[in-house]
Amino acid sequence: MANPKQHANWSPYDNNGGTCVAIAGTDYCVIAADTRMSTGYNILTRDYSKICKLADKCVLASSGFQADVKALQKVLSARHLIYQHQHNKQMSCPGMGQLLSNTLYYKRFFPYYAFNVLGGLDAEGKGCVFTYDAVGSYERVGYSTQGSGSSLIMPVLDNQLKSPSPLLLPAKDAVTPLSEAEAVDLVKDVFASAAERDIYTGDRVEIVIVNAAGIRREYVELRKD
Amino acid sequence: MTSVQGLVASPDADSQRTLYPYVTGTSVVGVKYKDGILLAADTGASYGSTLRYKSVERIKAIGKHSLLGASGEISDFQEILRYLDELIIYDDMWDDGNSLGPKEVHNYLNRVMYNRRNKFNPLWNSLVLGGVKNGEKYLGTVNMIGVHYEDNHVATGFGNHLARPILRDEWKEDMSFEDAVKLLEKCMLVLLYRDRSAINKMQIAKITDEGTTFYPAYSLKTFWGFSSFANPTKGAEGSW
Amino acid sequence: MFRNQYDTDVTTWSPAGRLFQVEYAMEAVKQGSAAIGLRSKTHVVLASVNKSNSDLSSHQRKIFKIDDHIGVAIAGLTADGRVLSRYLRSECINHSFTYEAPLPVGRLVVQLADKAQVCTQRSWKRPYGVGLLVAGLDESGAHLYYNCPSGNYFEYQAFAIGSRSQAAKTYLERKFENFPAASREDLIKDALFAIKETLQGEKLTSSICTVAVLGVGEPFCILDQKTIHEYIEALELKEEEAGDQGATMQEDPSSEAAPMEI
Repeated sequence: MANPKQHANWSPYDNNGGTCVAIAGTDYCVIAADTRMSTGYNILTRDYSKICKLADKCVLASSGFQADVKALQKVLSARHLIYQHQHNKQMSCPGMGQLLSNTLYYKRFFPYYAFNVLGGLDAEGKGCVFTYDAVGSYERVGYSTQGSGSSLIMPVLDNQLKSPSPLLLPAKDAVTPLSEAEAVDLVKDVFASAAERDIYTGDRVEIVIVNAAGIRREYVELRKD
Repeated sequence: MTSVQGLVASPDADSQRTLYPYVTGTSVVGVKYKDGILLAADTGASYGSTLRYKSVERIKAIGKHSLLGASGEISDFQEILRYLDELIIYDDMWDDGNSLGPKEVHNYLNRVMYNRRNKFNPLWNSLVLGGVKNGEKYLGTVNMIGVHYEDNHVATGFGNHLARPILRDEWKEDMSFEDAVKLLEKCMLVLLYRDRSAINKMQIAKITDEGTTFYPAYSLKTFWGFSSFANPTKGAEGSW
Repeated sequence: MFRNQYDTDVTTWSPAGRLFQVEYAMEAVKQGSAAIGLRSKTHVVLASVNKSNSDLSSHQRKIFKIDDHIGVAIAGLTADGRVLSRYLRSECINHSFTYEAPLPVGRLVVQLADKAQVCTQRSWKRPYGVGLLVAGLDESGAHLYYNCPSGNYFEYQAFAIGSRSQAAKTYLERKFENFPAASREDLIKDALFAIKETLQGEKLTSSICTVAVLGVGEPFCILDQKTIHEYIEALELKEEEAGDQGATMQEDPSSEAAPMEI
């Protein structure tokens, strides 16, 4: 063949969009994500949950490539089952944070195209949020956002939550001073705003609240266009 | 090693991979309705832009509780059917009263499609899986790189652009069989008009708790007398 | 030392058509402390006696959770039981990963039996020295299976294995007709009574037995000591009311069933 044949090409990756937010408080953690799944200018479905409960006090929200996200969730759930069989208890949220990092880095040279925020309560019952890049670098923070609408949301969270500098010595707690109800309201506002400008965010936001009493879910409708 | 010029097509000559599809089927549309699931697809298969085959069945029954519809490479679809055949036979051989439902088959397909993309050797298809088991309706889809989801109505390929907007407007929970067929025909008609690889011979398959029913292929009544079909640039002068 | 010249090797037949090594493995099950299981239409209960080797040591675990819908109780070589439990767990996890649905119990039991059977046909292997009572729930209802070292498996309404299990079996045989319709609580009580039978007069306390339950809408769960203690106390009250008519059953030494048929 003299000239290369014109044909359909494929990529092993897709971006299915979506935005995730997590906010840690002194005794709670709010984890939220929209439920839209898109590809290009198409909306595939308006009701796909990006939030995965990994343990009683540990919830993962992920956006990016849906197939990779699902594979990642399944690997973590299976690893957590094995952990429970071996240790007769659930994994702690910081423990799951390290496991997620290792799992992502394990595929460093063919990465999971997944952008994660992990939220929950730590061993002391304090809210914790871990934020990641696709290949596993992570840090514990007081609040975070990932995914297609993150660039719209992050500055708002910075402005509203003002976390203390991580350079301070002695280290200051990164948890937000907000009450649980205030944090949930803030999450609703940032998603409504992101849905205005980001075409990959919309339809509905799923909000998961983790506190000493357990896990609670709320849904709020977003723009559908 | 001597390479045989002409037979060897590309630098990846010795690799056995689908680098691009050869014979392809176009959209599949599926909806939930009162008693179960309906799937619709035309029976065409294109060889590039040639409409090569005219009666290829692209909807098949999988076990007792599922229907599978496929667009994309026909040979890959046939390979998937071989996998599923093995799966269902193995399942039946237990003969213990347990059987794979649509959810299990869909999950299996998700893993197969995703594993193949991980090996850079994808099965070049978009699949629709519908089924009913124990009164529970199920409708889902998965594509060549493993992206999958469930919904009340799904469509592959062009169907995503042309059929789903119609379905979002007109689909309702617990539609009657007649209404659901009408809705599917409306979608297929739009696809026929606007998708060049669609042909006017389509098939509808049904699955309920009672089992699967395949209806014989038939044609839709078309009308080509619209003035904008006769003279598509009229009223749009200067812009095309 | 040797019973005869045909028992040094698992793969050697005796002229009478027996495999002595396999039979010895079946004996190992009888040496272990007892484990029992019984089921209704909706629930399965497993119970075991845990004896520690010394007053200074703790006892070994004899009941294992395999998945939310499957659990096992073992008698015999505990170490072999743990290895098999690990196998069962990984099979369940792999199945859930592929199908996002629980593995049917009957199929897991067959896989386990096939694994045990291989060890009876390889010169370089030894049969597992453990019997497993597999309790499970799937779309066809609640199940109780017994897997033995020979590779045989059986489904039961109620069964007991391990030392002095005959007494428990006798008790269960007397009561099993009530089991299909029994409540969860009744099954637990019958499990404790059956366990008591194997103790041969020794006092039943929450520290020497383990009880686990599994049922519709209730994932497999090993009951904590406090709960078991409450059940036992309730039983004792009931027994006092009923007077002293429940004489302990004697083990029947004449029932020497051929091992392959157990």
